Amino acid sequence: MDLKLLLIIAIYSIFIQNFVLTRFLGLCPFIGVSKKMSSAVGMGFAVIFVMTLASAVTWFVYNYFLDPTSSILKYFSSNGTAPDLTFLRTIAFILVIASLVQFIEMFIQKTSPSLYRALGIYLPLITTNCAVFGVAVLNIDGNPTIGIEEKFTFIQSVVQGFSAGIGFLIILVLMSGLREKLEIKEVPESLKGVPIAFITAGLMAIAFLGFSGLSL
Amino acid sequence: MLVLAPVLILGLSGIIFGAILAYASKIFSVKVDPRIDEIYEVLPGSNCGACGAPGCLGYAECIVTGRSEMDLCSPGGEDVLKIIAEILGTEAKEFVKMKAVVQCKGGKEEAKQLFEYNGIEDCSAAELVAGGGKACVYGCLGLGSCVRACPYNAMFMGPSELPVVIEELCTGCGLCVKACPRDIMKLVPVTQKIYLCCVSKDKGKAVKDVCTVGCTGCTLCANPKTTPSGDIVMDGNLPVINFTKNINLAAAVHKCPTNSFVQEIEFEPLGINENCDKCADKTAQLCVKTCPVKNCITLNEEKDIYRINQETCIGCRLCKPVCPKDAVELKTEEEVVVK
Repeated sequence: MDLKLLLIIAIYSIFIQNFVLTRFLGLCPFIGVSKKMSSAVGMGFAVIFVMTLASAVTWFVYNYFLDPTSSILKYFSSNGTAPDLTFLRTIAFILVIASLVQFIEMFIQKTSPSLYRALGIYLPLITTNCAVFGVAVLNIDGNPTIGIEEKFTFIQSVVQGFSAGIGFLIILVLMSGLREKLEIKEVPESLKGVPIAFITAGLMAIAFLGFSGLSL
Repeated sequence: MLVLAPVLILGLSGIIFGAILAYASKIFSVKVDPRIDEIYEVLPGSNCGACGAPGCLGYAECIVTGRSEMDLCSPGGEDVLKIIAEILGTEAKEFVKMKAVVQCKGGKEEAKQLFEYNGIEDCSAAELVAGGGKACVYGCLGLGSCVRACPYNAMFMGPSELPVVIEELCTGCGLCVKACPRDIMKLVPVTQKIYLCCVSKDKGKAVKDVCTVGCTGCTLCANPKTTPSGDIVMDGNLPVINFTKNINLAAAVHKCPTNSFVQEIEFEPLGINENCDKCADKTAQLCVKTCPVKNCITLNEEKDIYRINQETCIGCRLCKPVCPKDAVELKTEEEVVVK
């Protein structure tokens, strides 16, 4: 296993191609849950958790059911070829992620009430979050900039899912810190609240553009 | 095949996932007390936090598990308390509806300003930096932290840079009390129409130097002559009102040299009827001596009895118990109009 490539994937999805500020995924929780530091941290960890698991599960679904080259369906068909079902990936991934999140929520509620209380209200929010779906799709699209033309391997997918969650957490924590400070600053009346948060988000995105100069 | 395969795959996986979730919901089901949901339904749902629990759902849980009293929801008031008691099958306690009052009268006119505070618009911040611009270290900072803390829009900043509570909107949740760094906001029963409007613990001269309406601790209001009921006692340099339902402290309010009290109701003036025999011994003048207002009770030459001047009477009723003939009575409305 190429550890260097895994590190590159991690740095790419945390900083250079950050899911929120460079890929513009998951903007809803980015604005909605970044008002308070404590809820931002809760949401961030819930996203890490779900992204990692979703990456793993969707990798199996894609490779063993949808992709004709590795599908297990070919053992059941008469001519030994599996149908190309890759066009189903959107609906299949949403189905898988939604049921997975529901299952995890129930599991946590039973096994760890304290963790449930910490993540509880944020977990259902992520069920159809586009960042979670985005990481699943990006895992099978590959990433030519880091030299992976085809789909990611299983380990690479999980690493990308985990580090995308880390990137999301970092941005959410940064943003909530800034917004908590903005609350007590003198902001022009018409810009108070969400408008100034959008401007701040734009400036942060420009700042993160600086990472694109990083060559690995 | 091309049509059938996706339908089969998605349909089957949908059924499988559904079955797994249905099974899991049975295995992992957590039994929740149904009363929690019932109580949560009747709570106001504003999640104000006045009860001390994290939100209304948290409070419902605390009531059912016995971690909290059931009468802590001040926005809900008596109605909610009754329903909660019904759900729990217990007797409801008597509910005292509270309101928030501002215990400072020192606006920009009355209180001396040391310097202009230009920092963050927040009372706690001002208190930390230099105690705000006012010379009085006890007075209202006037930056409106309490107004921002109010979840019911029941407060606004008045013209003299002091917060004003709109009593009709105030639920008595007490969030303003927590927001105030100087403990100027206080919860009192809504029936209490009189309260001291100063929290300064300083002595007379120190208060006078910084504010024209601050309580100087002169003890006039606590004097047994002014308040024979003993409902006002001195605690250090501040008088403390011992509130009961039938409280009448009009005399104390009148006597206060700095006008530090707030009294929200007008007491009805009294009259003296024909029973008055001028106390037989004319030097006694018992009612004249007890009346805290100068020249309020005078001798009416025509009818040869004492008369209460309706213009100046403050309705303190101090003269009523001292009259040996029981001649002091409440005026009916007609008589007041006719005079």
